[in-house]
Amino acid sequence: MTNLSSTTRSRTAEQLLSLRGITKRFGAVRALSGVDLDVYAGEVVAIVGDNGAGKSTLVKILAGVHPQDGGTISFGGVPTHIPSPTDSRDLGIATVYQDLSLCDNLDVVSNLWLGRELRKNGALDEVEMEQRSWTLLRELSARIPSVRIPVAALSGGQRQTVAIARSLIGEPSVVILDEPTAALGVAQTAEVLNLIERLRERGLGVILISHNIADVQAVADRIIVLRLGRNNGDFRVADVTSEMIIAAITGASDNSVSRRAALQEENES
Amino acid sequence: MTETKLDQQDERVVRNPGFRGAVRDFVLRVRGGDLGSLPVILGLVVIWTVFQILNPTFLSSSNLVNLTTQSAAVGTIAIGIVLVLLLGEIDLSVGSVSGLSSAILAVGFVQLGIPLPLVLLASLVAGVLAGLAFGFLRTLFGVPSFVITLGGLLGILGLQLFVLGKTKSINIPFDSGVVQFGQQWFLPAWSSYLLVAIAVLVFAWNSLALSRRRESAGLSSLPLSIIVLRSAGLLVFLGLAAWYLNLSRGVGAPFALFLVLVVIMHFFLTRTRWGRSVFAVGGNVEAARRAGIRVNRVYISVFVLCSLFAALGGLMAAARAASANSSSGGGDTNLNAIAAAVIGGTSLFGGRGSAFSAVLGIVVIMSINSGLALLFLESYVQYIVTGAVLLLAVVIDSLSRRSRAAAGRA
Repeated sequence: MTNLSSTTRSRTAEQLLSLRGITKRFGAVRALSGVDLDVYAGEVVAIVGDNGAGKSTLVKILAGVHPQDGGTISFGGVPTHIPSPTDSRDLGIATVYQDLSLCDNLDVVSNLWLGRELRKNGALDEVEMEQRSWTLLRELSARIPSVRIPVAALSGGQRQTVAIARSLIGEPSVVILDEPTAALGVAQTAEVLNLIERLRERGLGVILISHNIADVQAVADRIIVLRLGRNNGDFRVADVTSEMIIAAITGASDNSVSRRAALQEENES
Repeated sequence: MTETKLDQQDERVVRNPGFRGAVRDFVLRVRGGDLGSLPVILGLVVIWTVFQILNPTFLSSSNLVNLTTQSAAVGTIAIGIVLVLLLGEIDLSVGSVSGLSSAILAVGFVQLGIPLPLVLLASLVAGVLAGLAFGFLRTLFGVPSFVITLGGLLGILGLQLFVLGKTKSINIPFDSGVVQFGQQWFLPAWSSYLLVAIAVLVFAWNSLALSRRRESAGLSSLPLSIIVLRSAGLLVFLGLAAWYLNLSRGVGAPFALFLVLVVIMHFFLTRTRWGRSVFAVGGNVEAARRAGIRVNRVYISVFVLCSLFAALGGLMAAARAASANSSSGGGDTNLNAIAAAVIGGTSLFGGRGSAFSAVLGIVVIMSINSGLALLFLESYVQYIVTGAVLLLAVVIDSLSRRSRAAAGRA
């Protein structure tokens, strides 16, 4: 592996999340072997890779769905374990899953605050929750017509917006978006990409999992390529063409692409 | 309105202000398949009209008093069924659990002479234990609740027969507190009106306070006219009901207890985090889990509550019958309780429903029972009609689910 470790670069932003040598096996299948990942505040890191490259496994490890078999995770410089989704959330990692994880029978407010409802004298404080929901949605310039309709009534883009907005309720420092634009039309995709920009402006570290190279190049600052469970490239968006990314994803010229990228970056720094 | 409210700034939101707007919103909601309790109320009107035509004593005060006192026990069991249905689960053992608790009451109080409070407590604890067992089996092994509680139905029926021992039927003395409660105690007229007044005042006060808070938070709120109208409507409805029942014996203590329990559960379902998590789990378990809800605790708490309500219903049934026997809680108890919840409008598919569906559903079922009994029809007719009404309710549930999907309402 000739991956360039991103820690060697000079950084002014605060390092939020650092993964080293993450390994995960499912029976005989080695889903991840020795994967490294760094996320800084105010940065969008895209993780790309073919099906089965280990993107989802990596996300699930960070989300606490299943713990890694080997390797270390440090959060804000402190080594940590993420044994359960609750621990992930408590650390300040918010995960927006591909299937959105919304309750169709509940309205937007209930979905936004699910699991961390505000209370007043022991009962739910619906007024406060509704007001803060509107404030949050306005800050994100999200276009949701009403927060008192069931989520089933919303379009795909609106549902994605609700899912992303929900991740912000707990004031996380890292947001993981798993294929946020996969099922969306052109206008809705643009809306979600705007939303991602706004997350970065808030100083969050954003991990973006995507198949869509155009989307990734539109919003990401850095692109991590996974291939067959290993790091296969760490590019800065400014330095890379979509051909290079695709080559790294498919392994067409296997390590030479990442070698070239490494050379370029070394020359610059 | 001088400024646009926070929740009405989007131009796509159709605003129907004032009283006429509220009416139009209601019509739109119903067309969109959000039927609420409308079908069951219409159904009840039809049932009552038909039976009243066939037998003029049906809507008499004394018959309605009978109807309400008959409803209390199975209605209480149906509250528990509403809870499990909200999770998208089912509990087939409620009849057996209620029978077991009747048996414990009769054997403990009459045969063993244990003080009444202790026996009552023991019956309820038996219900809690049964619910804990179902909850743990459900969450630890992921076995469908249908199968677990089917096993529970048989197993607990066995326990009931074991508790009863060789005596097949035990009579509870008429002068005991439980039987007095179950058969003789009716709310004095003044106290029934007091309860009505309290209910209406609490409702009006809550609506006003909510409206005022929303106003100051910059959200749209119900106009005062609607609140007054609704409160007045509630006052007229409850007041008339209480007055009519008071023409004969009045509101039975068990029925009053049942109604109070429904209101309490309604509060817990709609105004607490626990209630919200019940709906969330019923709507999308995985989403609830990922939102940090301890899903297993929700399952266990609901199964415990369901069995607890079943045990309480069994006590009320034994108190009313002044006896417990090997067939207590058998026969149609189970199915009536489940049918009541579904007929009342709680969806079999989980995530939709209300504690009040227990009241509406049990009144429908007991109306059919009572109406057919007044016509001196044999019990087979009663089974067929109740079955047909249940099927109708399930069809309405499925249809409204489909049109909700089309109208974009979950």
